[in-house]
Amino acid sequence: MTEEASQETPPETSQEAAEARQFLISPGPHLWKGLSVSGIMYLVVYALLLPAGAGVYFFGGRALSVMGVSIGAAILTEYLCKKLRGQPFVMDGSAIVSGLLLALVLPPTMPLWMVALGSIFAIAIVKEAFGGLGHNIFNPALAARAFMSVSFPMEMTTWVKPMGFGADAVTCATPLSGTSIWQPFDPSVYRALFLGNTAGSIGETSALLIIIGGAFLLARGIINWRIPAIYIGVVALMALGLGEDPLFHILSGGLMLGAFFMATDYVTSPLTNRGKIIFSVALGLLTMIIRRFAGMPEGVCYSILFMNAITPLIDRYTKLKPYGLVKKVAHAS
Amino acid sequence: MAIRLKKKGTPYGVRVPEAKLSEKMPIEAAPLPERVVIPLQQNIGAPCQALVKKGDKVLTGQKIGDSEKFVSAPIHATVSGEVSGTTTVVNPPTGALVEALVITPDGEDKWTELSPPKNPDKLSVKEILERIREAGLVGLGGAAFPTHIKLSPPKGKEIDTVILNGCECEPYVTSDHRIMLEYGDQVLSGLKVISRVLSPKAVYIAIEDNKEDAIDHLERLAAKLGFSDFKIAPLKSKYPMGAEKTLIELILGREVPIGGLPLDVGVVVHNVSTAKAIHDAVIEGKPLIERVVTVTGAVKNPKNLLSRFGTSLKSLIDYCGGMDGGANKVILGGPMMGIAQFDLDFPVVKGTNSILVTESKPLREQDCISCGKCIEVCPMRLMPTLLARYAKAGRYDDCREAYIDDCFECGACTYACPANIPLVQYIKIAKKELAKRKAVK
Repeated sequence: MTEEASQETPPETSQEAAEARQFLISPGPHLWKGLSVSGIMYLVVYALLLPAGAGVYFFGGRALSVMGVSIGAAILTEYLCKKLRGQPFVMDGSAIVSGLLLALVLPPTMPLWMVALGSIFAIAIVKEAFGGLGHNIFNPALAARAFMSVSFPMEMTTWVKPMGFGADAVTCATPLSGTSIWQPFDPSVYRALFLGNTAGSIGETSALLIIIGGAFLLARGIINWRIPAIYIGVVALMALGLGEDPLFHILSGGLMLGAFFMATDYVTSPLTNRGKIIFSVALGLLTMIIRRFAGMPEGVCYSILFMNAITPLIDRYTKLKPYGLVKKVAHAS
Repeated sequence: MAIRLKKKGTPYGVRVPEAKLSEKMPIEAAPLPERVVIPLQQNIGAPCQALVKKGDKVLTGQKIGDSEKFVSAPIHATVSGEVSGTTTVVNPPTGALVEALVITPDGEDKWTELSPPKNPDKLSVKEILERIREAGLVGLGGAAFPTHIKLSPPKGKEIDTVILNGCECEPYVTSDHRIMLEYGDQVLSGLKVISRVLSPKAVYIAIEDNKEDAIDHLERLAAKLGFSDFKIAPLKSKYPMGAEKTLIELILGREVPIGGLPLDVGVVVHNVSTAKAIHDAVIEGKPLIERVVTVTGAVKNPKNLLSRFGTSLKSLIDYCGGMDGGANKVILGGPMMGIAQFDLDFPVVKGTNSILVTESKPLREQDCISCGKCIEVCPMRLMPTLLARYAKAGRYDDCREAYIDDCFECGACTYACPANIPLVQYIKIAKKELAKRKAVK
């Protein structure tokens, strides 16, 4: 903890030392693991660069400008909110995460002023109005996406084929908006869904890169495996039960990004492992119910938002049983 | 030969950098101090009354303070010399001011006459306990609870298991490790005495696997001595493995009830250094006047020093070559549970297993992001973030209902917290408030 920093200066006697400096008094522990909140946020940003990169690869400069506007508006909004509330602004990376996540769940053709508005909504209303990082009830990116879906229904459901750089955008349907009943096995469909060469939101199409990014966060101990594993698993089982193609359901829509990067948001998901299991099972069920029975093709966003709202309730009923809760013992002392 | 159990590990706790800088340094006797300050209270329980006054000559090992209270342990002169007065010092664990005797050594270190038993095997349990008390023994692992009381379970509490704790899971600290390596005979002999007093059905020595050499050494020694009435329980290094509640759960599968003691589940846990001191007291008739103190961290030469109680921290740090220039914190104990000191004149006392010099800077507390790391690492399966939240809001009754009494303040939660929330500090505040309320009622 201290060895390197101080080797060059010659040691003094402790008498001189005591006179020269005041000793620091603080409660233990005097060691810290060193993984800070901003450290975690930047690791999430690094992991998100993979699906973001896929978005740029498939949707070209449009994707890049949506991301830039979304992140820029998020940081600026956070800065202004903090100033307005007379609090110090700390660049902890959380605004970058929210801005980037929002961009990744938007269609690439989204008008940029709408993107900016969504991003401002995410930070100013969903996050800061509730007290800032750690106090928000809903995932800011997803709540902003829901806000944009009702405000700009046309733009939010206009999808284009992947065009890369330089080609013109050609509108089309997303895989999920078509029929999803068992189809004859067509490897090219799965390959496109897996790699991301399909119509959809900027960062949702490439399951492969989302999984790599998610695996990185799992390996670094940032996210808990239970949420993505159980969420995705329940979706697959539900699909089977409903007589639909489980692989198709897993790979399409926002499930992968939602399961690895949205449902795992610390602030808006339950605290304990038991709570996380309940949370993810419910997410899987809700997602499939919306996909199959509701009037819209995709249910990831609303399922997660709904479960965000339920999280405090889950936390209340999933407290841990502490060590030694066997019986009250009156001991002699 | 002693049986070696399969290695066990715990899913709780944290992996900390071990930083056992002094683990290869043989125990070395620190020079006799130039001034000795002996606090009249060095353990949990009642303070001692001084038995000597200013101007009295004392011999090394002479009893100079005692108490008639049940939970107490006498104190002894740790050098020969003259009592030159009294002073007041801060008792590190409690923060309370306690009176201390000051002895000016004559430099001769003349011992009082010791009375080792002629035939130690013939001592009755009562005689053994009396010798342990008279020697001023307290637990040397840190809590400093009078040893003879821990060895006298109240009626109706049957002790079936003894665990000797050689885990030393605190980073940096190596005093127990060196004791096991260099005083293995005495440790095993002390363990035999403990077994005679409690007649347990099972005896374990728990050691973390970062001290394989100590495990091997004790195993070989036991074979040589033909002492096989115990099992060695190797444990995977993780903090706080050496917490007695964790040991009892891992080795025996029992849980100490909240607010209870190990003896409520038939277990007594002693530290290896205490076992060595029990040997010294019972077999050799020597009172507790010194202990091994690891002086480590940002000092020039980290060492394990056999130090007389009452020696100032300053003189031990200087003996180790002094502090590095950037060092700004001096901790009694390890970096996880140790207590930062403001005064280097403070003496080494019975509970001082380490003097750790570090450089540290204050961290800024942020809002909780509900990551749940504190919950994952808590060895007591508590929810530290909730306890801290309640404590901050003054909701102390909610703290109690969330089992705050179960917390033994290991600090694993605070170590893991990305938001730098001083969780343990909030928990300590809440406990203090609850204790105050209880006292008022």
